[in-house]
Amino acid sequence: MRYEAPDTIDQAVQMLAEADGLTRVLAGGTDVIVQLRSGMVEPDLMVDIKRIEAMHAITAEGGGFRVGAAVSGAQLGEHEGVKALWPGVVEAVELIGSTQVQGRATMAGNLCNASPAADSVPALVVAEAVASIVGPEGRRDVPVDEITTGPGKTTLAKGEIVESILLPARPANSGDAYLRFIPRTEMDIAVVGAGISLTLNDDGTCAAARVALGAVAEVVLLVEPAADALIGSRLDEAALDALAAAASAACRPIDDKRGTIEFRTKVAGVLARRAAVIAQTRARG
Amino acid sequence: MLDKPKDAVLDREFKVVGSRPVRPDGVDKVTGRAKFGADVSAPGMLIGKVLRSPHPHARIHSIDIHAALAVPGVKAIVTRDDFAENKKHKDVLCNIMARDKALYEGHAVAAIAATTGAIARKALKLIKIDYDILPHVTDVDEAMADDAPILHDTMITRGVDPAPEKPSNVAQRFDFGHGDVEDGFAKADVIIERSFKTEAAHQGYIEPHACLASVTEDGHGELWCCTQGHYAVRDVCASLLGMEVSKLRVTASEIGGGFGGKTTVFLEPLALMMSRKTGRPIKMVMDRDEVFRASGPTASTSSWVKVGATKDGKITAASAEFRYQGGAFKGSPVQFGAMCAFACYALENVKTVGFDVVTNRPKQAAYRAPGAPMAAFAVESVIEELAIKLGIDPVEFRLKNAAAEGDTSSYGPKFPRIGLVETLEAAKAHEHYSAPLGPNQGRGIGSGYWFNFGGATSVSLNVHPDGTVALVVGTPDIGGSRASMNLMAAEELGIPYDKVNTIVADTASLGFNETSHGSRVTFASGLATIEAARNAKNECCARAAMIWEIEPDAVTWEDGCAKPAGANAGNFEPMTLADIAKIAEKTGGPISGHFEKNPAGAGASFATHMVDVEVDPDTGRVEILRFTVIQDAGKAIHPSYVEGQFQGGAVQGVGWALNEEYIYGADGKMQNPGFLDYRIPVCSDLPMIDTVIVEVPNPGHPYGVRGVGETGIVPPMAAIANAISAAAGVRMTELPMSPPKVLKAIDDANGSA
Amino acid sequence: MSQIHVSTTINGDPVEYLCEPDETLLDVLRDRLGLTGSKEGCGSGDCGACSVTVDGRLVCSCLMLGAEADGKQVGTIEGLAEGENLHPLQRKFLEHAALQCGVCTPGFLVAAKSLLERNSDPTETEVRYWLAGNLCRCTGYDKIVRAVLDTAHDMKGA
Repeated sequence: MRYEAPDTIDQAVQMLAEADGLTRVLAGGTDVIVQLRSGMVEPDLMVDIKRIEAMHAITAEGGGFRVGAAVSGAQLGEHEGVKALWPGVVEAVELIGSTQVQGRATMAGNLCNASPAADSVPALVVAEAVASIVGPEGRRDVPVDEITTGPGKTTLAKGEIVESILLPARPANSGDAYLRFIPRTEMDIAVVGAGISLTLNDDGTCAAARVALGAVAEVVLLVEPAADALIGSRLDEAALDALAAAASAACRPIDDKRGTIEFRTKVAGVLARRAAVIAQTRARG
Repeated sequence: MLDKPKDAVLDREFKVVGSRPVRPDGVDKVTGRAKFGADVSAPGMLIGKVLRSPHPHARIHSIDIHAALAVPGVKAIVTRDDFAENKKHKDVLCNIMARDKALYEGHAVAAIAATTGAIARKALKLIKIDYDILPHVTDVDEAMADDAPILHDTMITRGVDPAPEKPSNVAQRFDFGHGDVEDGFAKADVIIERSFKTEAAHQGYIEPHACLASVTEDGHGELWCCTQGHYAVRDVCASLLGMEVSKLRVTASEIGGGFGGKTTVFLEPLALMMSRKTGRPIKMVMDRDEVFRASGPTASTSSWVKVGATKDGKITAASAEFRYQGGAFKGSPVQFGAMCAFACYALENVKTVGFDVVTNRPKQAAYRAPGAPMAAFAVESVIEELAIKLGIDPVEFRLKNAAAEGDTSSYGPKFPRIGLVETLEAAKAHEHYSAPLGPNQGRGIGSGYWFNFGGATSVSLNVHPDGTVALVVGTPDIGGSRASMNLMAAEELGIPYDKVNTIVADTASLGFNETSHGSRVTFASGLATIEAARNAKNECCARAAMIWEIEPDAVTWEDGCAKPAGANAGNFEPMTLADIAKIAEKTGGPISGHFEKNPAGAGASFATHMVDVEVDPDTGRVEILRFTVIQDAGKAIHPSYVEGQFQGGAVQGVGWALNEEYIYGADGKMQNPGFLDYRIPVCSDLPMIDTVIVEVPNPGHPYGVRGVGETGIVPPMAAIANAISAAAGVRMTELPMSPPKVLKAIDDANGSA
Repeated sequence: MSQIHVSTTINGDPVEYLCEPDETLLDVLRDRLGLTGSKEGCGSGDCGACSVTVDGRLVCSCLMLGAEADGKQVGTIEGLAEGENLHPLQRKFLEHAALQCGVCTPGFLVAAKSLLERNSDPTETEVRYWLAGNLCRCTGYDKIVRAVLDTAHDMKGA
C-alpha cells in the first residue's frame, strides 16, 4: 500500500484518478483503518486528506454552515453555531463511537462509508444537507440522500472526493433531532436510527417535516408518509401514532446479530415518535 | 448490625490486615511500565501467526505448506505432524493444533514463524488445506438429538449404566442429591417448573493471549506468557514438546485479566515448537477475533428446574437437569453447575442431573465460578417466582430454607461454618431493600454459592540483612493479591506493610504452585505466607535464644520483636527483625521461611445480590439503576480489592444477563468476534456498585479468609431477571435478556405484536 | 512497499522513525519506539487501551496510521508523570484501588486526563460517558469513576 498526504484537493483528486487498483480516502480513518487491519480491504493507495487545510474548516454560508470533510466529530461538537442551528445533526455525529473515535471520525467519512446504520446520515438527510464533491471532471453538489446506494456503495466516481457538506439555512421555528437505539449506552452500532426535522407555523401546527430512518433498509430511508402524518398537526397523540405507524410501515430491515426484523420495525416507530417530540420542543425554542 | 460471632480469629486485633494500602505493583501499572504478555521482545525474534479453520467441522485430508515455506522471511511452519501423540494431554494437544479434524471455526491448523508479522500473515494465505466439510452442530439441545452430527466417534457416554453402545455427543452424565424428590413434590402446596437457556459468554479479558518462547539447541526452553498458572503451562508444554520439566522455565508476565480463561495453553506450545525448529525466539500475540473464536469461552446451557414448597414457605423438594455444551471436547462445567445449583438451600429431597455435551464450538475454559452462574440463573429465578406465588418476601423465603453449618449440602458433604444467612440478613437490613421504586422499575434478589479451592502452594519468605522481607509466591497476581500477601506477611511478622515486597517467581524458583484459580490465592498463598512467616519467626526466635544463651522455647515473638517468653526466661532487650537479620551471618546464616503444602479448608463463599432495573416498555431496554453486592469474605485482608472483586463479578454478571452472547450463524461461524458486537458493559451503562463485606471467618484459614473472586458472578443473572419480572411483569428464561427478547416478551404478554 | 519517514513529537521529545504505510501509530509506539504502555486490546477502536492524545485530542492509536503522526504532538501514558512526581490521576487510581489487572489503566488515565483538561468539574455521568470507550473487565468501573471524580475535586481545591 502507498500512503499519500497531499496539500491540495486537486493533488488528491489527481492521485486517486490516476491510481491503478483499489484506492481509499483517509479522513478520520475510524472505518477504513479497521477494514485495512482486518484484511477486509487491501488498498493499493490511501490518500490522507487531512493535510488539506480547507478540509478542516467550518464556515458560515448563506445562513447555514459548510463543514469540511476532515472536521472531526469532537470539533463539530464544539462549534456553537452549528449546534444551535442543527442540534440534531450534531448529536447524531457525536453519537458515532467513543470519545476517542470522536477525536478522529468525520461526518463526511460516516456518509461515504455508506453503512445503512450510519448515525449522521438520517440527520443529514432530514436537514437536506448537500455534499460538495470534487473530482477529475470538476465540482458538483449532490444532496446527501443521493450519495449512498447500498451497504458500502456510493455514487462517487473514481477520483471523486467529498470536500465538504453544506448544512443549509432554515426557517424560524424549526427544530431537528436524532435518536438511535443501541443495546448499551455507548459504543454500539445503531440497531435503528430516526432523524426528524420540522418547522412550525406561528400557531404551533407543523408546517413542514422530514423523517428519515437508519438501519431498517439497505440505505437510509426518507419516509414521506411519516412526515405527512405530522404536517398540519400539533403533534398530538393521534399524529404521533400515525407517524410511528408510517415509520414502522416503511421499514424493510433484516434479522442480524444486532436486531430482529420485528424489533427494528417496532422500535423505528417508537424512536420517530420520541424524536418528533424533541424536534418540536426545539422548534418552539 | 449483625451480632459479632464468637470466634478466635475475629476476636483477634489485626494491625495491618484490613487496611487499604497502595499495592506494591501499583506504580508500574499507572505509568505504563508494567510488562504484560505482549510487552517484551528479544533480539532476533520472529513473529508467529496461526492459520485457523474457516469451517466448524471438517476432516483435514492434507496440508500443503510448500508455497508458504518458500516465502522469503518465513522460517518455520508447524502443523499436526510436528506434535507426537500425547495420552495425558490428548484434548489439549488436539485443541492447540487440529489433528484429523477441525472441530470448530477458528481451530488452529498450522502456524508460521517469519521475520515480520506481515510476512507471516501473507504466507498463511499460501498454505493449502484439503478439507472435507462435515455437518456441524453448535446448540446443546441439538447436539444431544439422535440425528446430531457426531464430533468424536469414540465418545461413549460415561456415568450411564449400562454404557450406551453407540457414540454420541454426550461425554458424561452426573447425578447428585439425596432424599426422595417425588415424595417431596407430593407434599408441596405450590410447585414451579421452568426451562431455561443461557448463551456462552467470554471472560472478555482486555489483554489478548501472548507469549515469547525461546528454545536453545541443547533443548533448554524459556517461556514468558500471560497466564494464571505458569506451573501448569510448564508441565503441559514440557509434555507436549517431550521436554524434561527442569529444562523449561516459565515466567508469568503481568496478566491483563483472566477470570479463568488463562488457565490453559493455546499459543505457548506452538511458539516453543517453532523456536525449537528455528533456534530463534518466537513472539505470538492473538488478535481480538482469535481470542473470541479460538480461546475458551464458557458453556452455553439448557436446563430444567422444578421446586416445590408448602404454604408456609418450606421447600419440600427440588429437582433439576442441566445440559452444558463445553465446545469440541469433554469437560464442560456441568458437574459444578449441578453441584452448586441448590447449594444455598437446606433440602430434604433434592436431585440434580448434569450432561456434559460436545459441539462444534471452541473448547470452553474456566470462567469465574465455572458452571455455577447458569445453574443459579435457573434456580434463583424459580425460587423468587415461588416466593412471590406463596406471598412470602423473597429474602424471608430464602432465609426459611437457607443452608447453614451442619446441613447436608445438595451435592453431599456437610457444610462447615458458612455465611449465607448473614448475607440474607444483611440484605434485609440494607436501606436498598426498602428504597422506593418508580414506574417501570423493579427490584430483584439472587443468592449464589461457590466452593472455593485450596491446591498445591509453595511460598518462600526471605529476610534481608536490613530486616526487610522478600515474599516469593508462585501464584500470578490477577487482581491485587501482592498487596494482600504483603499485608499478611507484615501482620504475622509485626513489621510495617512497606517492609515486605511480594514478587511472583518463575517456575524454577519455587515448588509447584497450582494456578491462580478457584478463588484460592488469598486463601492458599495467604495461608502459605502466614506459615512461612511463622517459620521465619521461629528461626528468628532461635537466633535470639542463641544470642541470649537461653532455650529457644523461652523466646516469643511479639510486636515484631523476639522477647523473652516470661520473667523466668531472663531479662533481655527485645530484638527486632532488623536486629536479628543484621547479625544473621554470625548466628547461622540467612534467615528464610518456607511453606509447601496442599491446604484443605478453603471456606465456601456465599453472596446475595440486590438489583433495581428500569425497563423501557417500548424498546425492551433494561437499565441497571442500583446494585448492591453482599458477600461473605471470611476476613477481608485488603477491603478495597475485596470490594473490587465483588464489583467486577457483579458487572460481568450484568453483561452476561443483558447483552453478552456468542452469536452463531447457520454456517456454524461466530458472527460477533469483537468488542463492537460482543457487548461487555461500558462505563456509562452502570451505576456505582455498592458492596457489603460480610465476615464469617473460615475456620480453615489462620485469619479466617474465604476466597472472594468467583461467587460475585453467580447471583446477578437471576437477580436481574427477577428485577425485570418485577418491573415489566414478564419472566425471562433465556440469556441474554437483550432488548429484542424483552420487548417480545412484553408485547406477547400484552397480546399485541 | 517503501517505508515512510516521520518526524514527530512524543511526550514533548522530538522523535523520528521509519514505518510501513499500513502500520498503525500503536504498532510504531510499541514495536519501534519501545513505548509499550499503550496496549492493544482489540485493534479496532472498541476498547480504548491504546488511548493517546494527538495535538491534544484523545484518539485510539490503533485507529491511526503511524505516517499520520508527522508534525504532530503525541502524548502517551509514559508522559503522564513528571519526573518522580506522579500525575494526580495516577495517585488517585492507586489510592482508590481503581485497577485490578492494570492492562486498561494506561488508556483510562490518558482519557481521564483529557477529560479533566476540558472539564475540571465533571459530573459522574459526564465521567462515565467520556470513559465509555475505555473497557475495563475487572473493576466494574466503580472505583475508576470515584478516582477521577476525587482527582477533579482535589485539583479544584488546589
